[in-house]
Amino acid sequence: MKILMKGNEAIAEAALRAGCECFFGYPITPQTELLQYMAKKLLKNGGVFIQAESEVGAINMAYGASSCGKRVMTSSSGPGISLKQEGISYLAGAELPCVIVNIMRGGPGLGNINAAQSDYLQATKGGGHGDYKVIVLAPSSVQEAVELTIKAFDLADKYRNPVMILGDGMLGQMMEVVEFDENYQPQKVEKLWAVTGERNREKRVTNSLYIVPEELEKHNLKLKEKYKKIKENEVMVEEYLADDAKVIFVSFGMCARIVKSAVNRLRQAGEKVGLVRPITLWPFPENELKSYALKEEVEFFIDVEMNLGQMLEDVKLSLEGKKEVHFYGRTGGMVPTIQEIMDFYYSLKK
Amino acid sequence: MKFKRPECLTKESMHYCPGCGHGIIHRLIAEVIDEDYKESKIIGVAPVGCAVFIYDYFNFDFVAAAHGRATAAATGVKRSIPDALVFSYQGDGDIAAIGTSEVIHAATRGENFTAIFVNNGVYAMTGGQMAPTTIPGQVTVSSPYGRDPKVQGYHIKLCEMLVPLDGVAFVARTSIHNLKNIEFTKKAIRRAFEVQMNNEGFSIIEVLSNCPTNWGLSPSESMKRIENEVLKYYSLGIFKDKGRGI
Ligand code: SF4
Repeated sequence: MKILMKGNEAIAEAALRAGCECFFGYPITPQTELLQYMAKKLLKNGGVFIQAESEVGAINMAYGASSCGKRVMTSSSGPGISLKQEGISYLAGAELPCVIVNIMRGGPGLGNINAAQSDYLQATKGGGHGDYKVIVLAPSSVQEAVELTIKAFDLADKYRNPVMILGDGMLGQMMEVVEFDENYQPQKVEKLWAVTGERNREKRVTNSLYIVPEELEKHNLKLKEKYKKIKENEVMVEEYLADDAKVIFVSFGMCARIVKSAVNRLRQAGEKVGLVRPITLWPFPENELKSYALKEEVEFFIDVEMNLGQMLEDVKLSLEGKKEVHFYGRTGGMVPTIQEIMDFYYSLKK
Repeated sequence: MKFKRPECLTKESMHYCPGCGHGIIHRLIAEVIDEDYKESKIIGVAPVGCAVFIYDYFNFDFVAAAHGRATAAATGVKRSIPDALVFSYQGDGDIAAIGTSEVIHAATRGENFTAIFVNNGVYAMTGGQMAPTTIPGQVTVSSPYGRDPKVQGYHIKLCEMLVPLDGVAFVARTSIHNLKNIEFTKKAIRRAFEVQMNNEGFSIIEVLSNCPTNWGLSPSESMKRIENEVLKYYSLGIFKDKGRGI
């Protein structure tokens, strides 16, 4: 059945269908409808919902519930995610699954509440302390947000790792038609590590402390191996009209959708352009991008973002200097228009 | 009288300094669990600070929390497994400074777990800095001229702060500086666990303890200091026991 839903609410509904049992959050625009939806639905379904005293409280409650083997979600927007970084580092260190939604707004500081992609670096490069990685999924439509939210829970459990859904204010606030798979059954994973308090077995501890340097190094290397596996198996990317393209746009999330429209318009005007859209921002689709850089007919790349070029470094690293990358971005909560993107393209073609 | 190791303590020898109160308090918790909760589900929430390895000493499940966040983590734990006996074990820097917000709100929500708050008046593990509980006049490495309330403010009285909150069911301040008070501490722990298992709400026991190492005193001198100096600022007793009309 197709229904019209707001992005934030659709993500919440998807989480419930994925078997989310506990939600801990704190209100912040533009993600608040997610929290409100959970407030309405979760307690009624026998789950746990707490509006915490702060983002710090929320993420640490999530840490506790995840330790007990529950499917757990928390959500926020940039300034709140900054506060949650402490807990995210602990979740990663203790190898606990958790789904974290960041519906980004403009920054830095209080910034504003408009759609922006201001937290790419924070999401993909750690954010908190230590050598760790969070799987970052960037939907570009409400329907995709639903699918990726469900996937996020499975990935979190599969790798015992935090997974972030990174959307922007537009995705959270816009209404689109979505469809839920009515036959879907959430995966049940046996969590033999979960702290449940039972006394008739060996005790279990969730912890991120390794006081002996050799042991911490061993732990970090083990995490590194896990991240390598994630990189090998979980990269997701959309390649749109990129096969025969001479100029490749790179863009993620809702911004990529605007770029897609620009690509369509440019194609109509006879320009051979295409789009490569990373869906997983970490692991980043390095090889996919590189394969285009190796193509002779590809002249250059254009990276379009709603920030000042936070993904640009990853794009450049992927291309290994083989092709030039130009950047077009709007920041401060400004959204690039199709026309601006086309104009930028033409200015480069001259 | 036969003295044997409580069953829920592991054989691990504790890392605490000689004469430190943590060992006594661990034992009291263990005795209460052995006596009253042999078959129950138990989950401890470990702090950051001197008691950071507490999970090595008990043979039941633990969740190790970030500094100050034990009451938030314990909230997530207890809400996930409501039939377990859940307690957080925290020092004064942990629960009364960085974690003040978390404890006040867990208490306000009436979370059904027990916080065991060990107050020795210093940040012990980091080397004896002033804590929120450091008493006026007390010299520490970060209050080298003695805590002057005009400069560094006053010591925090967490228990007194928590009493008026509706979600709070049991509040006691006890001490381990002599046998009588050790017994009282055990009683308070027993009652707090009972209150929790009756689903009455949040329970907390503040245990005045010693830190011979950072106080620069021998173990016996440190016990005397609790009696002669610390007690002037922190009164002992059961401040609230909702179920018994206190
Ligand atoms: S430093 Fe103080 S509190 Fe810490 S173990 Fe030693 S005596 Fe105990």
